[in-house]
Amino acid sequence: MMNTVLYQGLVGISLAMYLWLISAGLTIIFGVLGVLNFAHGSLFMLGAYIAYTLYGMVGLPFGAAVLLSLAVVGAVGFAMERFFLRPLYHVDEAYQLLLTFGFVLVLDDAVKILWGGVFKIPPIPAFLDGAWRVFGRPFPVYNVFLITVGLLVGVVLWFLFERTWWGRIVRATASDREMAAALGVHVPRVFSSVFVFGAMLAALGGALGTPVRVVAPGIGSAMIIQAFIITVIGGLGNLKGAFVGSLIVGVLSAYGTLFFPVFELFFIFVIMAVVLLVRPQGLFGATR
Amino acid sequence: MMRNGAIGRAWLGVRLFTGFLLIFFALLPRFSSTYVVYLTIHILILSLFALGFNLLFGYTGLLSFGQAGFYAVGAYVCARILLVRPSLLLGVVGGMLAACLVSLVVGALSVRHTRIYFSMLTLAFGMIIFSLAWKWRDVTGGDDGLVGIPRAPLVLGPLAVDMTRLDHYYSFVFFLAVLAIWFMYRIVTSPFGLTLQAIRDSEVRASFTGIPVRAHRFWAFVIAGTYAGLAGSLLPPLENTVTPPVAHWTTSAEPVLATLLGGIHSFAGPIVGAFLLFVIKDLIVRVTIHWSIVLGITVIVLVMGFRGGVAGVLAGLFQRVVAVKVSRTPEPIPVGSEGEES
Repeated sequence: MMNTVLYQGLVGISLAMYLWLISAGLTIIFGVLGVLNFAHGSLFMLGAYIAYTLYGMVGLPFGAAVLLSLAVVGAVGFAMERFFLRPLYHVDEAYQLLLTFGFVLVLDDAVKILWGGVFKIPPIPAFLDGAWRVFGRPFPVYNVFLITVGLLVGVVLWFLFERTWWGRIVRATASDREMAAALGVHVPRVFSSVFVFGAMLAALGGALGTPVRVVAPGIGSAMIIQAFIITVIGGLGNLKGAFVGSLIVGVLSAYGTLFFPVFELFFIFVIMAVVLLVRPQGLFGATR
Repeated sequence: MMRNGAIGRAWLGVRLFTGFLLIFFALLPRFSSTYVVYLTIHILILSLFALGFNLLFGYTGLLSFGQAGFYAVGAYVCARILLVRPSLLLGVVGGMLAACLVSLVVGALSVRHTRIYFSMLTLAFGMIIFSLAWKWRDVTGGDDGLVGIPRAPLVLGPLAVDMTRLDHYYSFVFFLAVLAIWFMYRIVTSPFGLTLQAIRDSEVRASFTGIPVRAHRFWAFVIAGTYAGLAGSLLPPLENTVTPPVAHWTTSAEPVLATLLGGIHSFAGPIVGAFLLFVIKDLIVRVTIHWSIVLGITVIVLVMGFRGGVAGVLAGLFQRVVAVKVSRTPEPIPVGSEGEES
């Protein structure tokens, strides 16, 4: 029994890593641009489809397929920010939300047109195949790889934002964009780079999911709701909060499917509502 | 003094046009096919749904992503009543009241926030209702939903009107819709409705003049929820089934799209939008199944260039025509119907 609980926790942590990759991008974009990007889940989905095509159909090496999908989704993100969001920064934020919702409709349908319906799952790359024995059960190596990538991304993000020049400029812009502009920061360029960066994080989550998760048109809207829950629990715009929030939601849904499958979804949304009511700044939001 | 000359004549025109529309839609089943009647019922339902939503969004400035929750409460409660007691009025009134009760609770909690936090909170509440509809099998039938809901007769004292004929049901829905639209018009032109707009334009100034801001937002929320419930309860007698997707957040997006399409700051915007949404959808699906990409592009174009929606553009034209006619007065009539606040 103890082993089952521990093992399921590990499954939850690997699930949490997808959630972390997608909600990290969402929360960074919100923190800096103040835009809640509904289309973030669609960018995740686009990343998955492109990686699937390059890896599963064209036959490129897995790593190359993932990197290329990051590049393509980054370009899509750039176009979205530069040509559509930028003219809307001066109007009510509801319109920015609606614009990104328009992109959800377009991207979801475009994917259906380009790729058709549901896909088969391509094989796991050979060097990541197999399983280790953990807590008396076989634990897929691929999940170990995912957890490693997730933690690595965490470290890289921390380094980028806390230790580099770009990170300082981004943080300055996030806390006061007028002051940053007055000090000579090119704010629109910072916005573009942050949006592209966030989009690429979403694509990374989607691309890494291809060998183990279903690639289907609906995955975007399923993921975005999860990411909303996580960023709300962790505090909108709070990176550390997004990490802990992903772990909470990931582990909780792993145990949820084990112990109380019927009301798993219900409890997660109750938690979201309670956090919003009691601590709207999120469990870890104190600074913003 | 305000409505003399050209402006008065223009308003007379608006009234005549409204009267013509009323007669046209009242007589619609006499000259159109069953399919058109069926489609128009859906348009009327979405109109009521969106009209309530826009009281919150366009008039009060609160963007709710959980309206499908109240829509679903109306639909499910109406369905359960009709399965036990086949009386149409009982089902519809019951569904509407249930949605009103739920929105009293959800509203009291949700109006503690505004802006994005309000949107997220309503999303969470809406999805709580969705997860109940999906998993609480004993009450909602789970993912199968409720089936075999009768289109029960309308019982008024000793009188019972048969509703199995679609044109009868259309007349019932049309009557309720006209009543609800008229009532909403009274709400938005009342001191209460004007106060909501004052709150939307400046919360701080409104509260300085002594307006209880949160209480006003709360009642706007309850009215919106009740309208969603009314709309939802008209659905099961039409379709004979209710399934969990009516509660999903993608259903909440429908009144948002309709309102955006028609125009946020015009009273008729949500109704025009509901009409356009169904007509566009119906025309596109004849050519291709990928109608949501067309809808998405429409949304993007509207948000980028026409934030007043179709009704907003028409209202702007109307005001401009009137302004030209009364151009002898030196001061121009303001044309601003877009009202961008940032």
